Amino acid sequence: MSAFVGKYTVYNSRARADELIKTAKYLATPGKGILASDESTGTIGKRLSSINLENVESNRQALRELLFTAPGVFDYLSGVILFEETLYQTTSDGTPFMDVIRAGGAVPGIKVDKGTVEIAGTNGETTAQGLDSLGARCAKYYEAGARFAKWRAVLKVGPAEPSELAVRQNAEGLARYALICQEFGLVPIVEPEILTDGGHDIKTCAAVTERILAAVYKSLNDHKVLLEGTLLKTNMVTPGSDSPKVGAEVIAEYTVAALRRTVPPAVPGVVFLSGGQSEEEATQNLDAMNKLEVLKPWTLSFSFGRALQQSTLKKWLGKKENVAAAQATFLVRCKANSEAGLGKHTGSGAGDAAASESLYVKGYKY
Amino acid sequence: MVAASLLKSSFLPKKSEWGATRQSAAAPRPATVSVVVRASAYADELVKTAKTIASPGRGILAMDESNATCGKRLASIGLENTEANRQAYRTLLVTAPGLGQYISGAILFEETLYQSAVDGRKIVDILVEQGIVPGIKVDKGLVPLAGSNNESWCQGLDGLASREAAYYQQGARFAKWRTVVSIPNGPSELAVKEAAWGLARYAAISQDNGLVPIVEPEILLDGEHGIERTFEVAQKVWAETFYAMAENNVMFEGILLKPSMVTPGAEAKDRATPAQVAEYTLKLLHRRIPPAVPGIMFLSGGQSEVEATQNLNAMNQGANPWHVSFSYARALQNTCLKTWGGQPEKVKAAQDALLLRAKANSLAQLGKYTSDGEAAEAKEGMFVKNYSY
Repeated sequence: MSAFVGKYTVYNSRARADELIKTAKYLATPGKGILASDESTGTIGKRLSSINLENVESNRQALRELLFTAPGVFDYLSGVILFEETLYQTTSDGTPFMDVIRAGGAVPGIKVDKGTVEIAGTNGETTAQGLDSLGARCAKYYEAGARFAKWRAVLKVGPAEPSELAVRQNAEGLARYALICQEFGLVPIVEPEILTDGGHDIKTCAAVTERILAAVYKSLNDHKVLLEGTLLKTNMVTPGSDSPKVGAEVIAEYTVAALRRTVPPAVPGVVFLSGGQSEEEATQNLDAMNKLEVLKPWTLSFSFGRALQQSTLKKWLGKKENVAAAQATFLVRCKANSEAGLGKHTGSGAGDAAASESLYVKGYKY
Repeated sequence: MVAASLLKSSFLPKKSEWGATRQSAAAPRPATVSVVVRASAYADELVKTAKTIASPGRGILAMDESNATCGKRLASIGLENTEANRQAYRTLLVTAPGLGQYISGAILFEETLYQSAVDGRKIVDILVEQGIVPGIKVDKGLVPLAGSNNESWCQGLDGLASREAAYYQQGARFAKWRTVVSIPNGPSELAVKEAAWGLARYAAISQDNGLVPIVEPEILLDGEHGIERTFEVAQKVWAETFYAMAENNVMFEGILLKPSMVTPGAEAKDRATPAQVAEYTLKLLHRRIPPAVPGIMFLSGGQSEVEATQNLNAMNQGANPWHVSFSYARALQNTCLKTWGGQPEKVKAAQDALLLRAKANSLAQLGKYTSDGEAAEAKEGMFVKNYSY
């Protein structure tokens, strides 16, 4: 490893590069995944209101405490993505969430994008914001204990979408973000998400995914991002939401083929977003991918938000007396996805009705 | 005349079936989104051919020297550059007994593709019988790149489709196109983009016509630069090349690569050990080559026969996500050529020399080569400054 982080990286620090590589590798530990607990204040409000809770800080804190203190949960989680507010929050007895996560052996991460805005002149396509002062913010987050970051770029499939403009703009945004993160010690999770909205078939999703990933890696390479110190977070390749469903093996084949065509082996891990799939669907698809008998030089794992928390939320309902049961439910999902990451899922986590509930929301705004 | 299954083309689906997956005209035509996932009529065959060439313990014999270049080889052993002499030499190479144990593919020049051996059999047929896939050089050489810093670009796209269709009929199943990038001259952004785009266009056209494209952007050895600089340029060249190929909808499961290894320039102060060359080269591959690519067949580019073998061996000390092998010309042929010297009574000895090198590189592909017993001559460097192919 010695020579590759000398002249041709922006940070002339071997120690910094080594830390990034080590962190990325740990996040990509086979059998572990990431809890995407970084819902913005607006978005978490939707979750809370779905169980009739007010969107106040104490409720947001209570939910996150439930998740992070679930006993043994860090056997299955290598990292937790946080929203800025949560980074500085504590448990009800005053322990910083950061300490809870690190004591569990997991790595705290931070969402750093500032949401999406429309690209004028396109048919509703978007770009992500957040580059201004990103370096300074990353430095601050590093000081607070975060060691990875996340930035979500969104693309959609349509008759003329994604346009070349949207692809390039989002790829370049991801590359700028990634380079700045690495400069300040945070492993960037690079997230190009193609929304499932639409009536397109799985082949179209595959073509679009391959096109975008090729553009993303071109931009990352042009910006000289250290690939060994990144993770990829992307959608699985599936039919559009209005199209007939296909089996997990089909999704697995198309997804792994797309990744094999675009993701260099230097990237230690690909963590999938669940994007509206039900909890059980997401687990089964991940499992099918890991069972596929083809060479995959990167770990394939999860970075789920809704697909880890849905049935947990329904069990909790905001009540203290439900916390233990909710945590048990949460553990079931984490364990199931951990097993899926090793190709060992046997479907025993499907007990909950909520686990099979589709989490798809048309035109979903994060 | 030996008919081999490789040459049969009756299974090909009709051209009219190729467009089956495209959308009907009812909806407005998609402006930019391609809905076809690189499905061409030849897709399955391309994948199979690429996999066959990238089989364990085997690599490619590059014997596609143009007539002019072949002339230089013949001149070095005192022979005139006549068709008869070129035929005699190529016959010697392809009839080496058991060559197919170590060689999975042979790249030919156009003349050779249509040539017969000295005994009247077609050279392509001899190769197929040996278990060696015939390939064909399709580029038309390097010419000065206008607007660059005295750099070159590779010609050959005009009429390429129909030429390749004809080569396929003649029995070729893979193609090769060599462009170059020069570090002492920059390389300029223009030269790198042109190299990448030309390769991508060639690759797409080749696949369309049933030939597995070998993608060869050679970063020339010439120069005083160190290994770090080569590494930087190589990363850039491969990033551009893969993106250009993606834009051209090339199917990566049906291509092979022919990169130069990452080494210091020929005139650099500091040399690199095989372990260092392996470390840098493997790092390059890991950062730039998607695992869908079945095989990476290195060029030797002026290294000595033994150097080329040692470096390949060093790269195969651990498992790789792609087949890492060789596509050598001089590094396989040098001693063989000298041993032959144009003399019929030396043919067997020359073939033995070829087989010796082929076997050594086969072992290197498996990571099992040792250099004990290598002759001094095989260690001689073959770098020629400003070498033109």
